[in-house]
Amino acid sequence: MNGWKKAGRGGRTRLAGTFDGQEAAVLRGLVSEVRQMLAGRSAENPADELAVLTGMRTGPSTRPDDRVLARLLPDFTTEDADLAAGLRSLHEPELIEAKDAAAALVLDTLPDAGGRVELTPEQADTWLTALNDVRLALGTALDVSEDMDDLPVDDPRAAHLGVYHWLTFVQDSLVQTRMQVR
Amino acid sequence: MAAPLPAPTRQVEQDFAEDSTADVPWQAIVWNDPVNLMSYVTYVLQKLFGYPEPKATALMLDVHHKGKAAVSSGDKDKIEGDVAKLHAAGLWATMQKA
Repeated sequence: MNGWKKAGRGGRTRLAGTFDGQEAAVLRGLVSEVRQMLAGRSAENPADELAVLTGMRTGPSTRPDDRVLARLLPDFTTEDADLAAGLRSLHEPELIEAKDAAAALVLDTLPDAGGRVELTPEQADTWLTALNDVRLALGTALDVSEDMDDLPVDDPRAAHLGVYHWLTFVQDSLVQTRMQVR
Repeated sequence: MAAPLPAPTRQVEQDFAEDSTADVPWQAIVWNDPVNLMSYVTYVLQKLFGYPEPKATALMLDVHHKGKAAVSSGDKDKIEGDVAKLHAAGLWATMQKA
C-alpha cells in the first residue's frame, strides 16, 4: 500500500490503491473483528415481537460495558441520563447497521489475496468510516495518546501499534485523495 | 487528534442543507479524542454540514486545542440527527442545551 491515487476524471473518477496479500489479510481481519463485536452487541438485544410487528426497533438503553464498543457507540448526551438512555435505544440499531454496512463494503471491495482496489467517491466515503471504526477500536484497545509514536520493543502493544500507524496512513491518504475529488 | 497535516484547500460537496433556525436551543458538540485524524475531522464537518473549508478547519482546530467545539445548533430534532450522523462517522459527539 503506497497510498491512494485519483484515477479517471469527471463522473468516472475513482480512488485507487493497491494492497499486498498481507495488508489485505490484516485489514480484512480487523474489519471482521469490529463487525463481530457490533453483531455481539446487537445479539444482546434481539428484536421483540412488538418490534417485529411494527418494524420499529429499539436498542439497549445502557452504554456497553466494553470500552471499545462504548467508543464506537457513544452516549448522545452527558447532561441528562434519561435522555441519553432514550436516544441510545432509539438510534443504536441504525448506527450498528451503518457501521456493519461500511465494514461489509470494505470486505466486498478488498480482494482476499490483495490487489488493486478502485472506489467511487461514495465508496471512498464509506471506506473512510470503516477505516475510522477500525482505528477507533484498535486505538481504544491500545490506549493510544496523541503523541504516542513508538513503544519499547518489549511492550506487548508494540506490534499492534505498528498496524495502527499503518491504518492511520491508509486513512489519511484516502482523506487527502478524496478531498481532490468533487 | 492525531497527526497534524497541511489543511486541505478544496471544498467538499455537501450532503445536507444546513438548517438555519432563528432560536438555537441545542448544540452538537464534538470532543477531542486521540484517534480521529485532523484531516478526517475537517472532511467530515465539510461533508455533513456543507461548511466551507476554512470554517471546518477552524472548528477542527477548536476541537484539537480547546478540547471541544459546538459544530452545529438548532432545534432538538435537528441536533439529535446531527449527532447521529457524527457518530456514524466515528466522531465523539454529544448534544447539549445552548
